[in-house]
Amino acid sequence: MYCIIFPIFRNFKPKTTGHYQQQILILMQETYYDPKDLKKFGKISEWNEALGDKFFEYYNKVFEAGALSPREKSLIALAVAHTIQCPYCIDAYTGDGLQRGITKEEMMEALHVAGAIRGGATMVHGVQMMNKYNKLSM
Amino acid sequence: MALSQSLLKQGKALADAQNQLTYLSNGIFKSELPSFRDRIKQCGVNQLYPKTLEILQVNLGYMCNQVCAHCHVDAGPDRKEIMTKETMQSCLNVIRQSGAHTLDLTGGAPEMNPNFRWFVEEASKVGIQDFIVRSNLTIIMANKSFNDLPDFFKTHNIHVVSSMPHWTRGKTDTQRGDGVFDKSIKALQMLNDVGYGMPESPLRLDLVYNPSGAFLPGDQMALEQDFKQALLTDFSVHFHHLFAITNLPISRFLDYLIASGNYEDYMYNLVEAFNPSALENVMCTNTLSVGWDGYLYDCDFNQMLHLKIGSSSNHISNFNLEALQKRAIAVSQHCYGCTAGAGSSCQGSVT
Repeated sequence: MYCIIFPIFRNFKPKTTGHYQQQILILMQETYYDPKDLKKFGKISEWNEALGDKFFEYYNKVFEAGALSPREKSLIALAVAHTIQCPYCIDAYTGDGLQRGITKEEMMEALHVAGAIRGGATMVHGVQMMNKYNKLSM
Repeated sequence: MALSQSLLKQGKALADAQNQLTYLSNGIFKSELPSFRDRIKQCGVNQLYPKTLEILQVNLGYMCNQVCAHCHVDAGPDRKEIMTKETMQSCLNVIRQSGAHTLDLTGGAPEMNPNFRWFVEEASKVGIQDFIVRSNLTIIMANKSFNDLPDFFKTHNIHVVSSMPHWTRGKTDTQRGDGVFDKSIKALQMLNDVGYGMPESPLRLDLVYNPSGAFLPGDQMALEQDFKQALLTDFSVHFHHLFAITNLPISRFLDYLIASGNYEDYMYNLVEAFNPSALENVMCTNTLSVGWDGYLYDCDFNQMLHLKIGSSSNHISNFNLEALQKRAIAVSQHCYGCTAGAGSSCQGSVT
């Protein structure tokens, strides 16, 4: 039995299924992100209550209805979450979108907006490349 | 995700109410999360007691033409438990004397009970203020004998409450079965045609929204606005109000939560969203549920979990309001579903 999912285990020969599961568990414990940590977000205030409280007050205010609806804000948050590649935020705002009745078509379109801007940011620098190329070339 | 048979017919362990209660009392509720009883104690509430009885909810049977993936009743075409005419007669006697202002008929599909129309005709003579029938909509389209239900409802001034998990076909059919969305829209148009749900119409048509997955319902008013706009724009359908109802972790929804690996997160979410204001208004404090066999329960969910009522008056045939008012309400971890966020009841949010 060889592991094809995790390349790190390519040469690992488990003696028993339990041994194999134990190694998988060790690998999982060593990842940076744990989905359960999202529930502990509020704990950041424990090490600086004044700033933590101000941050969460601001955060909650941002998502209230204003010139934009909470639904629109949720879609923006989802798109930004993917741009900054925050797994906690992706979990949070996919769930938030489902609660608001946002469809998967709307979610994916929001992501394409993020993708277009991200791709556009790469490509628009092409002008800088072209300027430099032209300047240096005879 | 749509099913073809009830859990009972499939012989699944979770078809058994005791197995559900055992599951809900172990696991994370042994180690990480407080039991519902302990959580309400933190709010100074040792027991839940009834207030004035306002709603009598009668379950006419578990037979249904649909097999919805989230159904807390485990209803379906293969369920044969339906209320007899004799038990209905006992219900009528109680309706006349209970003082409840609302009579709420549910199922399964209550219309599939062969004595449904007789019961509605007799009950409507009592002159109850709000007479609800929970219709799954597709029953109106199931065969010709049900096509006249909108007129029948109108004749008896029935308040129709119908299920609709989303304004899109895909999400509705995933939860309730292929083709359910189109049939539901057609049934809503038929109800609109006789005046149900139209602006300013006294013929009340409300929709029930259950999330189609392991998440809690969002804000009821915002969802109502989205539903209204989409159904009107796409199908010219009108309705009055939307009730956003949380899926309680019992029966098929519990089975789904466990099978999909969402059980623990869902229970965490429910416990985290516990709202003391919702606790003050939970529906078991103003409602009594009558099972198809005449037994009384604190709510429809307790009925499905066979949590018998804590009173010597435990059956519609020995109904005694005075004795019932003194009972303590039976609770378990599923009750977190009614106290999460804005709260949840058969009439929607409670705060």
